[in-house]
Amino acid sequence: MSPPERRARLSPRAAQLPPETREELRRHLRGLIENNRVMIFSKSYCPHSTRVKELFSSLGVDYNILELDQVDAGASMQEMLFEMTNQRTVPSIFVNKVHMGGSDRIFQAHQSGLLQKLLQEDSTYDYDLIVIGGGSGGLSCAKEAATLGKKVMVLDFVVPSPRGTTWGLGGTCVNVGCIPKKLMHQAALLGQALLDSRKFGWEYSQQVKHNWESMTEAIQNHIGSLNWGYRVSLREKGVAYVNSYGEFMGQHKIKATTRKGQETFYTAAKFVIATGERPRYLGIQGDKEYCITSDDLFSLPYCPGKTLVVGASYVALECAGFLAGFGLDVTVMVRSVLLRGFDQEMAEKVGSYMEQHGVKFLRKFVPVTIQQLEKGSPGKLKVSAKSTEGAETIEDVYNTVLLAIGRDSCTKKLGLEKIGVSVNERSGKIPVNDAEQTNVPHIYAIGDILEGKPELTPVAIQAGKLLARRLFGASVEKCDYINVPTTVFTPLEYGCCGLSEEKAIEVYKKENLEVFHTLFWPLEWTVAGRDNNTCYAKIICNKLDNDRVVGFHVLGPNAGEITQGFAAAMKCGLTKQLLDHTVGIHPTCGEVFTTLDITKSSGRDITQKGC
Amino acid sequence: AMAAMARALPRPGRRFRWRIWASAGGVRGAAGGAAGQQDYDLLVIGGGSGGLACAKEAAQLGRKVAVVDYVEPSPRGTKWGLGGTCVNVGCIPKKLMHYAALLGHMIQDAHHYGWEVAQPIQHDWKKMAEAVQNHVKSLNWGHRVQLQDIEGALEYGITSDDIFWLKESPGKTLVVGASYVALECAGFLTGIGLDTTVMMRSIPLRGFDQQMSSLVTEHMESHGTQFLRGCTPSRIRKLPDGQLQVTWEDRLSGKEDMGTFDTVLWAIGRVPETRSLNLEKAGVNTNPKNQKILVDSQEATSVPHIYAIGDVAEGRPELTPTAIMAGRLLAQRLFGQSSDLMDYNNVPTTVFTPLEYGCVGLSEEQAVARHGQENIEVYHAYYKPLEFTVAEKDASQCYIKMVCLREPPQLVLGLHFLGPNAGEVTQGFALGIKCGASYAQVMRTVGIHPTCSEEVVKLRISKRSGLDPTVTGCG
Repeated sequence: MSPPERRARLSPRAAQLPPETREELRRHLRGLIENNRVMIFSKSYCPHSTRVKELFSSLGVDYNILELDQVDAGASMQEMLFEMTNQRTVPSIFVNKVHMGGSDRIFQAHQSGLLQKLLQEDSTYDYDLIVIGGGSGGLSCAKEAATLGKKVMVLDFVVPSPRGTTWGLGGTCVNVGCIPKKLMHQAALLGQALLDSRKFGWEYSQQVKHNWESMTEAIQNHIGSLNWGYRVSLREKGVAYVNSYGEFMGQHKIKATTRKGQETFYTAAKFVIATGERPRYLGIQGDKEYCITSDDLFSLPYCPGKTLVVGASYVALECAGFLAGFGLDVTVMVRSVLLRGFDQEMAEKVGSYMEQHGVKFLRKFVPVTIQQLEKGSPGKLKVSAKSTEGAETIEDVYNTVLLAIGRDSCTKKLGLEKIGVSVNERSGKIPVNDAEQTNVPHIYAIGDILEGKPELTPVAIQAGKLLARRLFGASVEKCDYINVPTTVFTPLEYGCCGLSEEKAIEVYKKENLEVFHTLFWPLEWTVAGRDNNTCYAKIICNKLDNDRVVGFHVLGPNAGEITQGFAAAMKCGLTKQLLDHTVGIHPTCGEVFTTLDITKSSGRDITQKGC
Repeated sequence: AMAAMARALPRPGRRFRWRIWASAGGVRGAAGGAAGQQDYDLLVIGGGSGGLACAKEAAQLGRKVAVVDYVEPSPRGTKWGLGGTCVNVGCIPKKLMHYAALLGHMIQDAHHYGWEVAQPIQHDWKKMAEAVQNHVKSLNWGHRVQLQDIEGALEYGITSDDIFWLKESPGKTLVVGASYVALECAGFLTGIGLDTTVMMRSIPLRGFDQQMSSLVTEHMESHGTQFLRGCTPSRIRKLPDGQLQVTWEDRLSGKEDMGTFDTVLWAIGRVPETRSLNLEKAGVNTNPKNQKILVDSQEATSVPHIYAIGDVAEGRPELTPTAIMAGRLLAQRLFGQSSDLMDYNNVPTTVFTPLEYGCVGLSEEQAVARHGQENIEVYHAYYKPLEFTVAEKDASQCYIKMVCLREPPQLVLGLHFLGPNAGEVTQGFALGIKCGASYAQVMRTVGIHPTCSEEVVKLRISKRSGLDPTVTGCG
């Protein structure tokens, strides 16, 4: 059988041009944009273009103009411009190398005063690019821009958590996110491996203890080496790194404040906001004083003891999972659903596995007050909570309360209002177009602060890199936010790509979907005597599109490792038929996807009964 | 588990016990135990993975089918019955023992992650073997392993069929051969703390990518497995104390050398048992060198109504799931409406050596042979699994390479992954390659952080560039 047709990514006409011609055209256009304070791409008969020309004349500003209808390659140029700016129409106007848009945008900018400001700006800035935020996205964008020969600065500043925790360069992922959480998850898995190992013939003393301090020290040492690595790589690429808090003072001007309050001012032609998010607090009595968040947990100098985790985000469940894996008494307090936004069938299975393995769940409760009963490392905290459904209240005493109820964007104190960047009032997120551009043309945003985009390290890295290439290189490739795979490192790992079943039904309608699923029993679990019929695989196919796989879900060991390749396959148009025609790798968990033959709609039994 | 037709040792003059299962519209149990004079739409010779899959599929399509299988007791007297053995069971015990060895490493790692485990840590073979055997009721690694015709081999050697059934620890072991079976066994024996030596005549993992293969053995060597390269055994003697004295020849120097072992495990390759089938009488052509049956893309032999699938067929990958799928597709073509051929390209597989090796598609050598050095681009990376950092483990052999056509969009020809959970990583990418993935498409896939498999979608350094392929940090 033949592979499905690959989809063309470029518009047909532009694709017909030989690559050298495309390259030459693009260079020509870039030259025009770079070398003119105002560059207008127009058509001689267009009345809108005429009005724009009149406006610039009235402002006494010199401009260059290219009438696309009067040059040979005009049509191709128009298409190249579309690739570069996502705007197909004329006039298409650039001011100080920044794409402003069409005539409406220019007149708006004129009215708001933005146009005058942009025109006044000295085009000789300190930097070509200043990136605010030294996390995964910011660093990748800065390094790529520097690689392309630009003068780049990164401002990074970690505001200490209410408990005083702070960290080095690299952002959430490295310091208080993916890296330490996966290492602690691994520590918990090793605890399970120790139990399993006796069944496989290993013998040693029954007395096995977990030492929080030595684990944390090892993890923090690794993080320290990563922080250092980032510093070195910025230096190697020639990126200026300033450990200061950035705040906009003008369209192209930023104030950088050090920990000691020292202020320095820098200017740049373009800015990328990549400030990320920080954990949210409850806003109840005692929360900031006595509770910790994931910002504090990974470097906590003492074992947290009996812990209440508030929230059911993936952060909450992952932390609860590994803490229970160290043998701690762990309770999760859940206001409504587990893993909001994820497939709810999978989420419930994640939760029930945790419950079977000793994590307690308090569903439909929210904390009301946190009181300290005893100081110490850890101390004792009394938590009062009330039901979300009635008047019932409960109280219990914990050593540690970990809040994981969500995260807020760090966009409030950046001076964005001064330069007119729109921010979603409620969420604090920044809306951008598909080229990560904010409503202010020379200000871009990437990473967790984007509205409606996945909050994932690799996404930010990819978006940052591609943005730099579009801004300073010859690339037109945009970040593709479709079918982004991810994994949740709960005790039983959950990997997914594409749509949840709920979302798929919403998009495609139930009658157009076929869901294939099965339970499975990893081979390693058999001898170890671990639960049969717990691991679960599910794919969601669109019947109207050749049974194309629109959702992929797996619950089992190494779910992330399994999911990655399938995500690549989904990029290439994976269908059920292709799954059926692919040979499995035996014996692995991943092979289960090549032999899925039970549909959910059939209602048939999916429990496994041996080979 | 391999096709059952090769279940006999290649020794002439043996009597086989023939058993026939007949069916019409469904596979039934033993039909009286006698062949009799009956006519069938399809007669399957050999009740292994491929044979059974083909028979079942044909039966489901309403045909009258018989399976002829012969059973030969192993040298240690173990017998199998058709249907009594899960078709895939061969891979099970080896992966379980591999896992036992991995657990040994995890116990070491656990210390770095804060687990306090008191010394000494010991391994009890008996306990493991019992647990594995309890899970695996009847065991069959498929082909009888070929024993070399040297003095003492048959008397004192064991094969991979027997290793899982040993009641006592094999002790100091010599593994003869460098097939994946040999390296897997040597790997887990070393992993559970046994003194293990591999004796190989020429190259490791013949047929696999040789750069990857040498990384596999390099890793094993750095973790305590000893290798005797370019050596062939010449005789084995049993010493009065029960130990085995092995004499071998270093093929380069021609010198003889000697060593003593508790166990000698043969894993030098397999020979299909086709000679006793009187194929020449039916006019079925075989390769005289290896006795394999010559087939075309329809699995048809030189005789139009005779087909061959599984390991007996020339040039086919010797893998269980491949035989099963080939059998099913053949039955569908013969008796159904289908014309789907088995796609032998891009069959993924994994080798459960201590550092696992997963691959799909062409090896670099095959790609060069097929397309020319100038027309392929190889992207590669040395990476460090996150879990290795805290555990202070050496990641020198954690390596990935993707072999692509050089011409855009750079179609992916092969993927090779060396690292933890290689099989799990490889399966999904096998689908991608099946979908006709290009290098560009794989690079457009967002990674899952932090995993090892994300390194595949981050392969940026080509071999041709000569740049350092070591991954440093994220992004």
